[in-house]
Amino acid sequence: MPKIRKIIPGVDAELLIKDAAKLIPNPSRRLFLRGATSLGAITLLTGCDIVDEDTAAKALLAISRFNDRVQALIFNPNKLAPTYPESAITRPFPFNGYYPEEDAPEIDGETYMLEVGGLVENKKPWTLQELYALPQEKQITRLVCVEGWSAIGSWTGTPLREFLERIGADLTAKYVWFQCMEGYSNTIDMPTALHPQTQMTFRFDNEILPTKYGFPLRIRIPTKLGFKNPKYVIGMHVTNRDLGGYWEDRGYNWFSGN
Amino acid sequence: MSSGTANVGPSDLARTSFRSAVVIHPYWVRITHWINVIAMFVMITSGWRIYNASPLFGFVFPPAITIGDGLDGLPGALLWHFAAMWLLVVNGVTYVALGIFSGRFRRKLLPIRPTDVIRDLRAALTGKLSHHDLSVYNAVQRLLYAGVIAAGVVVVLSGISIWKPVQFRELAAVFGGYDAARFVHFLAMAAIVGFLLVHVILAILVPKSLRAMILGR
Repeated sequence: MPKIRKIIPGVDAELLIKDAAKLIPNPSRRLFLRGATSLGAITLLTGCDIVDEDTAAKALLAISRFNDRVQALIFNPNKLAPTYPESAITRPFPFNGYYPEEDAPEIDGETYMLEVGGLVENKKPWTLQELYALPQEKQITRLVCVEGWSAIGSWTGTPLREFLERIGADLTAKYVWFQCMEGYSNTIDMPTALHPQTQMTFRFDNEILPTKYGFPLRIRIPTKLGFKNPKYVIGMHVTNRDLGGYWEDRGYNWFSGN
Repeated sequence: MSSGTANVGPSDLARTSFRSAVVIHPYWVRITHWINVIAMFVMITSGWRIYNASPLFGFVFPPAITIGDGLDGLPGALLWHFAAMWLLVVNGVTYVALGIFSGRFRRKLLPIRPTDVIRDLRAALTGKLSHHDLSVYNAVQRLLYAGVIAAGVVVVLSGISIWKPVQFRELAAVFGGYDAARFVHFLAMAAIVGFLLVHVILAILVPKSLRAMILGR
């Protein structure tokens, strides 16, 4: 009797399965949902698995959304993050990302264009020279990472509010979404976008942003955790739809305000 | 009556013996106690996993005794931590408010005199401390219970400082800023865990105290 499953020479079955698995659409949110309670804390507590894992994970994510609303209420649009003297700057300032530093995207400043879209009057893309001509401010503030560590840095750039006003953005819209070169993204709430310290950053420590800190454009938001400070920004959309974000879709709290 | 409760006056004895005939722990103490067990279990074990993402000291907690999932367990640990915080705070505020306004804290936990603490500690270590009347706390118990309530207040306030170092920047400043608040939060947790070790061991050694916390008497 012939074997149904033939072994194809030169093909590692295990690797083939792995590759095939990558092609199966399986949003990370789902993966996370299933994994969130894999330790089985509920089981530990009760001695029996009375709450199935999906139910517990869904409840946790529902509470996380409740916490988004609480944080939006706590958020004071006039409350400024503490600022520090030059001497307090953390040197060297840490690189952070979901990939190693050498994989950070290299962007050509000559051909760079910032795409602007959504609920804005003027959708003309911006060159780096045009962006650099905007009025700029410097801030020395603390970046707090979701992991717990923090670092003080010096950021110079244009208040996002100033830019949104210039492009005729609908400031009553709910969100601003940022798209990054390497596929990263964030959505933030409009009150945070309009906060006086929310900045389109072009310089770090008085120098043009090096690649590791997000050349050519980072959105610096001292009222948000570090992962909501996107680097390598190439697109900005004003929207009433929450378009999510890289980590937000992987279980980190959406608002993540400081 | 054996030694160990010498700080209890005749009027206290009369009152407490009357009360113990009825109930040692009113229902609200028992309910908030057991809700707190669940809340603290989740807060501490998820907190350890969050700590592991950026350790303050030269060690991490074994992941097996923590709660978390996602990348290095952090996303899941944060979800658990910021869910259980509501249970901890709502339950804790209820307990403290009832403790103050019912007069239970004043009656049970005060006064705490250093000389009494030393005397009762010595008695406890030599096995001479009486557990005859569970409704009266000895001086060591008073100090530990008042201390763990204080540590609970500190752990919550330092936690709020870490969670919202901009919106509550004045509170964070009380703890010396964001970074220092992380150490305060950790040390308050360590104090609470230290208390829990003693508390659970003693509850096992004196089983009728466990019964009283379940049945009230």
